[in-house]
Amino acid sequence: MSDTHAQTVAYVRNEMLAPSDPPLREAGAVKWLRENLFSGALNTILTLASLLVIWYALAAIGPWLLNSVWSAGSLAECRAILDGTSGACFSVITDRWHQLLFGFYPPQHYWRPVLALALLFAALAPVLFPALPRKLMIFTAVYPFIGYHLLWGGSVWFPVSVALGFVAGYLAYVLLARVSTLIAVFGAILAPVFWWAFAAGAFDQTMSSILPLGLEFVRSDRFGGFLISLIIGISGISLSLPIGILLALGRQSDMVFLKSVCVVVIEFIRGVPLITLLFTASLLLNYFLPPGTTFDLILRVIIMVTLFASAYMAEVIRGGLAALPKGQYEAADALGLNYWKAQRLIIMPQALKISIPGIVNTFIGLFKDTTLVVFIGLLDPIGLSNAIRADTNWNGIYWELFIFIAALFFIFCFGMSRYSMYLERRLKTDHK
Amino acid sequence: MTEIQLDPGIDRKIDTSAMKVTDEVAIQITGMNKWYGSFHVLRDINMTVNRGERIVICGPSGSGKSTLIRCINRLEEHQAGQIIVDGTELSGDLKNIDKVRSEVGMVFQHFNLFPHLTILENCTLAPIWVRKVPKREAEETAMHFLEKVKIPEQANKFPGQLSGGQQQRVAIARSLCMKPRIMLFDEPTSALDPEMIKEVLDTMIALAEEGMTMLCVTHEMGFAQAVANRVIFMDQGQIVEQNEPREFFNNPQSDRTKLFLSQILGH
Ligand SMILES: Nc1ncnc2c1ncn2[C@@H]1O[C@H](COP(=O)(O)OP(=O)(O)OP(=O)(O)O)[C@@H](O)[C@H]1O
Ligand SMILES: [Mg+2]
Repeated sequence: MSDTHAQTVAYVRNEMLAPSDPPLREAGAVKWLRENLFSGALNTILTLASLLVIWYALAAIGPWLLNSVWSAGSLAECRAILDGTSGACFSVITDRWHQLLFGFYPPQHYWRPVLALALLFAALAPVLFPALPRKLMIFTAVYPFIGYHLLWGGSVWFPVSVALGFVAGYLAYVLLARVSTLIAVFGAILAPVFWWAFAAGAFDQTMSSILPLGLEFVRSDRFGGFLISLIIGISGISLSLPIGILLALGRQSDMVFLKSVCVVVIEFIRGVPLITLLFTASLLLNYFLPPGTTFDLILRVIIMVTLFASAYMAEVIRGGLAALPKGQYEAADALGLNYWKAQRLIIMPQALKISIPGIVNTFIGLFKDTTLVVFIGLLDPIGLSNAIRADTNWNGIYWELFIFIAALFFIFCFGMSRYSMYLERRLKTDHK
Repeated sequence: MTEIQLDPGIDRKIDTSAMKVTDEVAIQITGMNKWYGSFHVLRDINMTVNRGERIVICGPSGSGKSTLIRCINRLEEHQAGQIIVDGTELSGDLKNIDKVRSEVGMVFQHFNLFPHLTILENCTLAPIWVRKVPKREAEETAMHFLEKVKIPEQANKFPGQLSGGQQQRVAIARSLCMKPRIMLFDEPTSALDPEMIKEVLDTMIALAEEGMTMLCVTHEMGFAQAVANRVIFMDQGQIVEQNEPREFFNNPQSDRTKLFLSQILGH
């Protein structure tokens, strides 16, 4: 007895097993349906209920969409064609799509905003996809000036003179960095300010008289439609991220003065409705500026929207910073990395990664909030839909316009959302 | 009385030929005090470390061991007294701090690898950005040290894919890539399983065999006996006793040391 017992306990493997393939999963549509839709009574009920809701929604909207009219000169004409049946009148879109997209931008210049948008994607590509060569970033850096010139036009020397200010700042930094970093930073700030204040205007004028180059100037009040949403949204998005990062770092700083300034800015801006800031931009700002300065309304709105989004961004990023273990800061310190290098190489890559959902949330929110500019008289898509209705031809048309506008916004917001999911997957290195 | 013989934790014979203590002073601490708020955590610390010394610091939990070695690369700031590392005094001067930090390597209990970077990038980051070594050269150095700690094949993985012992060896390699003259260890093995403790101790012993100046907070008394030339016992923020390991383990003087040793050695 004890003999057999000993034999069952002691065990030596003589042959090692070769690795084999994992078992194939059972496949088939029926199996998938059973597992995902009808597993259990509750799930079956939920599935059926969802199907019912979808059916009702389709039954209500489907015929209206399918029975739509695409070519008619007015709502009355449209109704005549429909002849009492229910149907959408999308002919308002075919009639007015250019206004919804470009506002009152001169039609012979439509190619300019279109080209600016195409180049925008080219400029964004190296930022969004790190597999592309880093050299392309040079184009990203000059894009704001190209984009400005394409959209507004005027003398080409104006954006060039502004850009030269940044070049001056860069040169000052590189030259002074040998002396001391602090002096270099001051130089990098002062050089462009001096350039813009004293030299840029003269440079612009002389160059324009020597070599008058440029596109026809388009005034800001001609801008409208989705174009204006994109200009405000994209400027706001690309400016609010860096400003938000700086505000978040300032709020975490040990320097009491800097910290309090950042806290006050963040809390003030977060505590005020965006619409108030927009009214400030459109009405009040002129009182504070020196008399005689003309300050473009779109630019003012961009500044306000950016500030607003930056405050939210700062808090989102602060959340990411707080989630990092203290050990990361200590390891960076112990290796001798200074504050900015540690932030740039160790802290920010991780904090931003954690904050991606919140950052994209803020971006999408900002982009949709650009429709609020309708209240200060800018003709964004919503403003234009009112303008189109003011025309007797289209008086009384709502749904078709709003569906079109919603579709435009959805494409961009959904794109951002998908990109952020891609980014999260790509940056996933923790293997949890 | 038989001498206490502790297990050094590794299977091979330790080569002591290059472990030489020189006359050159590496770290000089005089009259150093530190407070956390009103809590006096380090009290009148005086200590000189010569180049080539291997010092083990032990003591009960909360006695200030971590705080002491973290003061040496100014992860913590001391409020009174003087700390001079490699001839540079640690004060508010940021330049000095950066200089000291790039010459003193530190290994933490919880590794603190950078999870968003590969093992190789973890090792090349500081040489490239602090020492301005060309990328190519930094990578060669990194591979050299990764081979030393016996994990060159993991170079392109991320820290999250490695075991604890492997991560700690990467952390050691990462410090070594900065070519430090002094290495600080804060309980490098206490977050690890026994099997992994062995591989990390092996790496540390190999480092000692090359004559590295080391300060090591650890409870691995076998390591202390085999490698250290001096053991420092701390309690309540003070250095209570220090001696060469044989004397320290066989003939402790203070009652606190005796109590501590009887608890940790289990007899
Ligand atoms: N940041 C801090 N603020 C306030 N008190 C602290 C701080 N860090 C540590 N202490 C206290 O200082 C004392 C010494 O801490 P320290 O971490 O140096 O101990 P230790 O000897 O390393 O202990 P252990 O073996 O548990 O790691 C402890 O009483 C601890 O509570
Ligand atoms: Mg400790």
